[in-house]
Amino acid sequence: MDAQTLTFIFVGLSFALYIGIAIWSRAGSTSEFYVAGGHVHPIANGMATAADWMSAASFISMAGIIAFAGYDGSVYLMGWTGGYVLLALLLAPYLRKFGQFTVPDFIGERYYSKAARVVAVICLIVVSFTYIAGQMRGVGVVFSRFLDMPIQWGVVTGMGVVFFYAVLGGMKGITYTQVAQYCVLIFAYLVPAIFISMLMTGNPIPQLGLGADAVGTSVPVLEKLDAALVDLGFAAFTDGTKSKIDVFAITLALMVGTAGLPHVIVRFFTVPKVSDARKSAGYALAFIAILYMTAPAVGAFARLNFIESVHEKSYAEAPGWVKGWEGIGLIAWLDKNGDGVIQYGPGAPFEGRPDYAEGVGAHGERRLNNAPTANENEIHVDRDIMVLANPEIAQLPGWVIALVAAGGVAAALSTAAGLLLVISTAISHDLLKRTFRPQITEKTELRAARGAAAAAILVAGYLGINPPGFVAQVVALAFGLAAASLFPAILMGIFFKRINREGAVAGMVAGLVFTLAYIIWFKSPWFGAVDSAEQWLFGISPEGIGVIGMTLNFAVAVAVSCFTAPTPAGVRAMVDDIRMPSSVKAEA
Amino acid sequence: MNKENPAKTGDRAAAYWRENVKLLCILLAIWFAVSFGAGVLFVEALNTIRIGGFKLGFWFAQQGSIITFVILIFVYAAHMSAIEKRLGVGDE
Repeated sequence: MDAQTLTFIFVGLSFALYIGIAIWSRAGSTSEFYVAGGHVHPIANGMATAADWMSAASFISMAGIIAFAGYDGSVYLMGWTGGYVLLALLLAPYLRKFGQFTVPDFIGERYYSKAARVVAVICLIVVSFTYIAGQMRGVGVVFSRFLDMPIQWGVVTGMGVVFFYAVLGGMKGITYTQVAQYCVLIFAYLVPAIFISMLMTGNPIPQLGLGADAVGTSVPVLEKLDAALVDLGFAAFTDGTKSKIDVFAITLALMVGTAGLPHVIVRFFTVPKVSDARKSAGYALAFIAILYMTAPAVGAFARLNFIESVHEKSYAEAPGWVKGWEGIGLIAWLDKNGDGVIQYGPGAPFEGRPDYAEGVGAHGERRLNNAPTANENEIHVDRDIMVLANPEIAQLPGWVIALVAAGGVAAALSTAAGLLLVISTAISHDLLKRTFRPQITEKTELRAARGAAAAAILVAGYLGINPPGFVAQVVALAFGLAAASLFPAILMGIFFKRINREGAVAGMVAGLVFTLAYIIWFKSPWFGAVDSAEQWLFGISPEGIGVIGMTLNFAVAVAVSCFTAPTPAGVRAMVDDIRMPSSVKAEA
Repeated sequence: MNKENPAKTGDRAAAYWRENVKLLCILLAIWFAVSFGAGVLFVEALNTIRIGGFKLGFWFAQQGSIITFVILIFVYAAHMSAIEKRLGVGDE
């Protein structure tokens, strides 16, 4: 059977599995729809959180980013894992004790204010939609690559499946589907990683292979890669090119942003007890770490393999995968010196994205309309192919390629479902039930939640098919906004009783507005601002600016709280209560 | 332990919170040291040390910090359960 037939079978079987789970775990009440009734085992919740967290970007793009960024890619590795420490130590146990359904629930009650709740809902919706557009796109890319399907139809198929199990099963269906999706995606990630580690270093464990000698030599593989890159004029793989303050700020913004993302936080509302919330965060991070510690190995191996496969090789003799990916438009070769040999080096080979012309060039390559640049680099490569091309590079059988496709789809769908759920919950629970229509029955609320989920899927699908260029550039937005708005409000709500309604609302608004303005200023085409280090505030890029937004939020909240009425006694008692795992009053 | 006396209960709550905050500070200091310390601020100095095929600073940035994060959470969970058991405020 060829790889494409196998891919159809694997992806089809995985869909059947997810839908089967959804039917088995249908939600019957709002509590089941919002937080799976609070009955999820900490290990199962850990797996679900890991699948929820690891998106198409983690699965497909991260190893590729590290392959091309080297040490600079560490910001993502540390940033997207370190946040779980903050979550487990500072937020999750107390929010579980609080015991409601959503993040705006907590902010609304702790700051005794509908305004605070609505501000939190706005932050949540902006953050979640920014994130979800990318997920739907990821599903489309995987479908188009592996199943030869137009991206739009891939997105529509993905929407259909998510629609089925998110709308029907709510949090309960999503949780158990995510457990299955975690198993699919981690298996799909590890199998090719183990093979490629064997191929490059002879060590089957990628994390150890990364520190081992390259196969057939006594030179460590990282040293060999450093030497090869420096030779070509790049910076060494293990050295960075970003400024220290920017690396620091981006890492911190991603960590804090991770801890403040509503679709992650809400997962810890689903376990039975406070102590389970702590343990569950540990399991979640352990499951995430399996992939995140493999990614740098895959990235380094793939980069070295790429250099060895293409540099100074004639196009005619280049491996089949080079031509395969060229066919899809993710690799492009412009033979600038007309020698028929591929030269690889720093800088873009030509102006802009590849713009393929009709027909083929002298050596059989796809012709390009792009104007060449002055440097010697002749090859354009999209970093996303590093994980997807791994099985072909390592010459693995067709079923591994099919498995990677199913894994990529699982990663994208699980994250999309988690995001859809928090969006629909925020609308049906926080906006309808708690703010504008408190008189609705549970049945109506559940129907509203399903309707909101369906509407959110349509919007997400539209964004996936027509990705606004601006949003695609600003994944930083989601993290920056979460870091600058939600995280400080929740943290201060638990640890500082003195912070009152006025302080929290002013702080959230200040953090949100500042961060949003800074990112739009540099990332949107509207103001003509130059996105470069000389222009940045304190040398911090828009990716890391959430840290300043967060600091501003804390400062404004403390200052305003000092000059306004103290927190009411009832709210102080509520804070005392959420700080204790057991209810002290009931016990006394 | 006297569970009947409300004053004692308040004391236990205060003691529990103090111990919790102390533990948090220690673990977050380690969290900061392995990631921002070893992986970012002092990465060049640590890169002069080699462990196997790794430069140490680079290893912390891409492997060591992540392992430490996982351990920190489990250490926190275990310590908190022990504190809760001792003070009788747990949920287990």
